[in-house]
Amino acid sequence: MSGLGRVVRSGVRRRRVQTVVVGLVTAAAVTATVLGAGLLVASQAPFDDAFAAQRGAHLTVRADSGAVTEAQLVASAATPGVVAAAGPYRVLVVAFTERGGMRTPPLTVVARADPGGPVDRIELAGGRWPAGPDEIVLSGGAVRVPPGSRLATPGGAEFTVVGTARSVSDTAGAWVLPSAVGVLDGPDTADGYQMLYRFTDARTATEVATGRDAVVATLPSGAVTGARSWLDVRQQAVEDAAVFVPFLVAFALLGIVMALLVVGTVVAGTVGAATRRIGILKALGCTPAGVVRAFVAQTLLPAAVGAVAGTVTGNLIALPVLAETEEIYGSANTTIAWWVTVLATGGVLAVVTLTAWTAALRAGRLRTVDAIAVGRASGPARGRWASRLAARLPVARPVGLGLARPFARPARTIAILLAVATGAAAVTFATGLAASLLRIQTALTQDVADVTVTGDPDAGPVAAPTADPAAVLAAIDAQPGTRARYGLTQAPGTVAGIADPVSVTTITGDAAWDGFEMVSGRWFAAPGEAVVGGPLLTATGARIGDTVTVRIEGTPLRLRIVGEVFESVMAVFTGTATPTGRNPSEYRVALAPDTDAGAYAQALTGALAGRGLTARPSGGETDPLLLVVEGLTATLTLLLLAVAALGVLNMLVLDLRDRVHDLGVHKALGMTPAQTIAMVVASVAAVGLVGGLLGVPAGVAMHRLVLPTMAANGGLHLPETLLDVYGPLILTALALGGPVTALLGALLPAGWAARTRTATALRSE
Amino acid sequence: MTDPVIDVRGVTRRYGEGPPALHDVSLTVRPGECVAVLGPSGSGKSTLLNLLAALDRPDAGTVTVAGTRLEKLGEAASARFRRAHVGLVFQFFNLLDDLTVLENVLLPAQLAGAPARASRAHAASLLDSLGIARHAQAYPGRLSGGERQRVAVARALINRPALLLADEPTGALDTASGEDVRRLLDELHRSGQTIVLVTHDLRLAEASASRTIRLRDGRVEVRR
Repeated sequence: MSGLGRVVRSGVRRRRVQTVVVGLVTAAAVTATVLGAGLLVASQAPFDDAFAAQRGAHLTVRADSGAVTEAQLVASAATPGVVAAAGPYRVLVVAFTERGGMRTPPLTVVARADPGGPVDRIELAGGRWPAGPDEIVLSGGAVRVPPGSRLATPGGAEFTVVGTARSVSDTAGAWVLPSAVGVLDGPDTADGYQMLYRFTDARTATEVATGRDAVVATLPSGAVTGARSWLDVRQQAVEDAAVFVPFLVAFALLGIVMALLVVGTVVAGTVGAATRRIGILKALGCTPAGVVRAFVAQTLLPAAVGAVAGTVTGNLIALPVLAETEEIYGSANTTIAWWVTVLATGGVLAVVTLTAWTAALRAGRLRTVDAIAVGRASGPARGRWASRLAARLPVARPVGLGLARPFARPARTIAILLAVATGAAAVTFATGLAASLLRIQTALTQDVADVTVTGDPDAGPVAAPTADPAAVLAAIDAQPGTRARYGLTQAPGTVAGIADPVSVTTITGDAAWDGFEMVSGRWFAAPGEAVVGGPLLTATGARIGDTVTVRIEGTPLRLRIVGEVFESVMAVFTGTATPTGRNPSEYRVALAPDTDAGAYAQALTGALAGRGLTARPSGGETDPLLLVVEGLTATLTLLLLAVAALGVLNMLVLDLRDRVHDLGVHKALGMTPAQTIAMVVASVAAVGLVGGLLGVPAGVAMHRLVLPTMAANGGLHLPETLLDVYGPLILTALALGGPVTALLGALLPAGWAARTRTATALRSE
Repeated sequence: MTDPVIDVRGVTRRYGEGPPALHDVSLTVRPGECVAVLGPSGSGKSTLLNLLAALDRPDAGTVTVAGTRLEKLGEAASARFRRAHVGLVFQFFNLLDDLTVLENVLLPAQLAGAPARASRAHAASLLDSLGIARHAQAYPGRLSGGERQRVAVARALINRPALLLADEPTGALDTASGEDVRRLLDELHRSGQTIVLVTHDLRLAEASASRTIRLRDGRVEVRR
């Protein structure tokens, strides 16, 4: 082994703390970078991945069954440019009724013998494909009805839900066997054919339009009633993903920047602390270039080991998170792209190399005599004013000595400050994000009820309970433990100029407590008033104070908009009876504190006996997207905290190494181990507190910036109540997180300082 | 007869596999004595001083200073012992560069939790009697070697120690400053301070010490 090789090896072994810290920080940096960058890429591409895996349809054509024959549609598959086709499938649009009387929105039901085929392979998410004419599989995104539930057609036929599935091309809301078409068909069902095509070229709207025109030309005039491009479906999917892309961007960037910042300061500090060693090597005849190479290698060795560990950890952590995104998008991609891993790892190692090289070059260029003198000569007279001031403070002398220390090495103090402030900002942001997302979920589901009362599931499908709402509400009011309650019934409606259906919810009683968040205006109070979701206002161009006409089963209902409620879909909430005149199909109850929901529900069911209603404790369902975001938040937060603490640890170790001789003098003069720990801890406590005080407002500002952006990308307006998540107690706790992080990083060096033998320290140069 | 300030019995200290740094050394120092420990490099002088200051512990034998058995003290107890009973003067002064002269002198008293007002008065008195009162607010870097060693002596005496240990106190000084420190230690001795000097400086030993001990290869070679 060459002389420089031995120097590198001994440096790695002798400077164990630095070696370990460089390795750990690099590992954390690579983990954060791989995770952040990987999820960033994964969030952009899940649709494309799923589309390719499921051989999605470039064009979905609906044809009038009265204007075209199945044979003509089969023949259209031979159109030039078509590489694969599937169908024709019979398609019907049906609004089902669930047990309990809730009606589903009108569902596009496609009759397919099996989920496979050359185009649009349906992915079963749960359950199985229908085996008989009375079974149905629902699309996961259409309605949430668990397998085993029964749905009734308007004609009275019943279907059992046997599974949930997903079509990446969004070709159906439900699937049945072709033999079920006769059962489904009724006077209220629209009927037609569906044909699916894949084209040779379909990357642009023009190419898809060319393919569509070619197909349409082979069919009788007027046969095609609708044709949907895969690019439109893609746009919709990307819009959904866009809700969490800004979050990923912000957090991934924060993680990457912080990790690189700490890697940079750790490496620069480590090399800087070795200046005297570099001077000695030069005095022994090593060239500056050789010395620089040796120190870069000395830093890269642990960094490379850390990078490998970080790569593995980042990919392992990404597995469950990506599995959740797969659940959301139906994507088959559950691993981070290899090139993302290579790029992230290479990027971090490049920063390590650059920082080490720059710091070593500076030290290498020092005059040999000056480099050797580093650490022995008196340092520059920095921070003496602070020392004098601290001596006058009414604190124990070791604490005063510690408090003055940060001013003696301002560069290191700034590095510690940055590490702690960034960590505090990350935790503040993550805490606020998690709290806001939870509130957003509650506001979107509008269900904080403790008990739900619905039609008896064993009584068979009914349009709506026949019980008198006033009597039901009176029975609920009479039940001990009732705090608030209301009844609701939902019906699909239409608004002129909007193609998609509008959900109209009629509320009996006061529902404002049930998680509804007002963006602007007020809750409805009088007949003819309504509150609506933002998407409806956007789609219609209406404003608060305007009147809209909603048609329900063909009958118009005029409603004056008095407020905007936080909603992600086109929804109307009103106390006005709908033209259908149905009774509430569901009642929601909030309980007084300490009321047992199970016992209450049982008692209420007994009280409602004979009315066809059953009370059940409400089960909260967590949105999988929220799980992804919260899991990611927690992981990255822990990583950043660890990196921040490691940054503090490294700086302190360097500082203590520099002044180990002074430490020996203190101990020789009678400083006890406890006083030594107090001095070291005090030297970072104030910096940690300042870091916390700087980081917390930065985290709050990020939260205020990122959350509304996230919401706006998803087409939502966030009310102030969903952003106002930082109370005085939380802010205080977060600010104290700064000194706690600093103390965590200081514990190890403080213990080391306390244990250092006085005689050994006095001999140190 | 008063109890000895130092009572070392059969002390052996070994570092690693080589011969012991100290081998079966015994030593007694009475109050008011000034003992000079002489010997070539590697003879065990500094090891003996470290043991007397509770900076190190012997492998065998007992070390009793000011009535305290030192060989079994932990780190914290050693620190408390030092600040109560021992003042240390080093060859290279070991003053803290970022503290003023006064702050350096006050530090052991502050670590011991002594009353601030009384400590300041005592520090001022020491600086005055050592002729360096005008440098009280200066930083050590601006002082000459002799002045720095006077500051070190003032710091060593701030807690009124029973024993002053001086490790080559003139070793880093020029002739004039060395003479200055010799006179200072002589005055301290005359005032009744118990002192143990570790030195190569025969003139210092002759001028200040009432007794000399010569060490060679870790053993006591000559006592006078």
